[in-house]
Amino acid sequence: MDRFTTHTGVAMPLRRSNVDTDQIIPAVYLKRVTRTGFEDGLFAAWRNDPAFVLNDPAYADASVLVAGPDFGTGSSREHAVWALQNYGFKVVISSRFADIFRGNSGKSGLLAAQVDEKVVQKLWDHLDEHPGATVTVDLESRTVKAGDGPNAIEDSFDIDDYTRWRLLEGLDDIGITLGHDDDIASYESTRPSWKPVTQH
Amino acid sequence: MGRTLAEKVWDEHVVRTAEGEPDLLYIDLHLIHEVTSPQAFDGLRLAGRRVRRPDLTLATEDHNVPTLDWDKPIADPVSRTQVETLRKNAADFGVRLHPLGDVEQGIVHVVGPQLGLTQPGMTIVCGDSHTSTHGAFGAIAFGIGTSEVEHVLATQTLMQARPKTMAVTVTGSLPPGVTAKDLVLTLITHTGTGGGQGYIVEYRGPAIEELSMEGRMTVCNMSIEWGAKAGLIAPDQTTFDYLEGRPEAPTGADWDAAVAHWRTLVTDDDARFDKEITLDASTMTPFVTWGTNPGQGVPLGGAVPDPAQFEEESDRIAAQKALEYMALEAGTPMREIKVDTVFVGSCTNGRIEDLRLAAEIIKGHQVDPDTRLLVVPGSARVRLQAEAEGLDAVFLEAGAEWRGAGCSMCLGMNPDQLAPGERSASTSNRNFEGRQGKGGRTHLVSVPVAAATAVRGTLSSPADLVPAGSTLGRGA
Repeated sequence: MDRFTTHTGVAMPLRRSNVDTDQIIPAVYLKRVTRTGFEDGLFAAWRNDPAFVLNDPAYADASVLVAGPDFGTGSSREHAVWALQNYGFKVVISSRFADIFRGNSGKSGLLAAQVDEKVVQKLWDHLDEHPGATVTVDLESRTVKAGDGPNAIEDSFDIDDYTRWRLLEGLDDIGITLGHDDDIASYESTRPSWKPVTQH
Repeated sequence: MGRTLAEKVWDEHVVRTAEGEPDLLYIDLHLIHEVTSPQAFDGLRLAGRRVRRPDLTLATEDHNVPTLDWDKPIADPVSRTQVETLRKNAADFGVRLHPLGDVEQGIVHVVGPQLGLTQPGMTIVCGDSHTSTHGAFGAIAFGIGTSEVEHVLATQTLMQARPKTMAVTVTGSLPPGVTAKDLVLTLITHTGTGGGQGYIVEYRGPAIEELSMEGRMTVCNMSIEWGAKAGLIAPDQTTFDYLEGRPEAPTGADWDAAVAHWRTLVTDDDARFDKEITLDASTMTPFVTWGTNPGQGVPLGGAVPDPAQFEEESDRIAAQKALEYMALEAGTPMREIKVDTVFVGSCTNGRIEDLRLAAEIIKGHQVDPDTRLLVVPGSARVRLQAEAEGLDAVFLEAGAEWRGAGCSMCLGMNPDQLAPGERSASTSNRNFEGRQGKGGRTHLVSVPVAAATAVRGTLSSPADLVPAGSTLGRGA
């Protein structure tokens, strides 16, 4: 996984709450057996509407998504994270993420930055006034910044320490865990014999 | 201080714990299906890694599989590739697979319990959010993404931060005709889709204890729909009776040792939950959704709500958008909503008890001529059992479609989809926009409501049906 330290990019407002993973990528797009090529399925149903924000040329190069609360609810499909990444998003900002989506983001290197609901509102208003404006998300200092002068927005975001460290270092979870192989083997030697197995 | 059930099961599985790091948790059972596993197996290949414990891993084909012509090659080439990829991965890595046509094939969350692989006190994961179903047995079971699937394949462990605990106590008894599904839909409307976020939830109280294992699975299945990490129920005699004699359940002295341990898996009297919710089952009625998330529900006897009545602005906007998508007017009585397709099935309500209940209600009636009823067993075993009991004949005589096993119209990855604008009453778990087919409109319902709705063509409960065989009021 690539290291993530800071990112500045065009931010796209998605003024919706409860954006479930079926909306991020519908099930019919989940049939690929690779981690790439899912960008066509991103927000597939909403994209049919020419007025949908993703179709606005101002956001053609968007890499930061600013969404309403309860982003990524529902299905565990990591394809939702891949679809966002394949399309070019590096960061999603929301006031609340569903657990599985947040976990999947951390594993795949998409930054899920949780901010206060008021910050989302301020960013939305700023982006509406300045379509195509950029937002800077600094993982080192856990801050989001947008705009200049007296109306500049600067606030902190939440991310758990462990995920932050892994993203900053670009670490592979499996590699870390395999380093604890002795612990795993020792645990396995204590499992009761009546625990079920799938092969006899 | 005592510990909760969830804390006991968690503690038993901690391989390693360190300050500032998530716990390393051992996984007792890893369930796999074709949609969320191909990239994980590819990752293993790229890194030259093996599956650490094929003997704790089980694969089945469910999301993509057709429910018609399932004895022939899958017609959709992309679905076929995904299923064939699972077959190749299972063969290459030595994983037990129940493919289409196998008697144990079916929805992964129906197959695990029916084989007796799902047992109290286990940790169970799967690349599917409805893995919470297995919590009905007193297991910690939750859905994971593909990166985590790869992690479990390679290490049989997962790094997990310890969740908070919540108790949902359901007092009283469910009135006749009100089911586990109504209970959980009522709960989700009460909490909202994010209410359980960050918690492992223990469902407890008399109404929960009175549920069958099938009913408990329905409740735990929908834990994810209100955002919970997992949901579980303390094992008791109902659990042990369900498990005893199943193919993968312990036998002899092992059974005795297992049961002795399982009896300790209860929340201690002096344990503390981080949060508690109490609901009264005796006031519950058949419950249905009107919107586009499972928290947008009302009693069947109610009406489509007016978005203006919601306190929070985000709820008002969400309700307005949902009504537009669902093509519903505020104030319309739910019972007047006309339904095109009724779907009975899924990991929420596709078990044998569900099919028995649907057949009992539909027996002697005819499906409304403008409505389609699709009955999809949760597994091949459920299908065979239903056929042995003559349930298929009841459905077919009523004019329903009787299908092969799989996830089917719950998410429409196979050909079982709603057409744009089509409206369903569905015993599944999600009413998201387009979930059952692009432009499709879903009302989540219980099995009795689904069966009665199929007969009347509008959202209904069995109480609305003229008794089968009666000449009163029919054909008028």
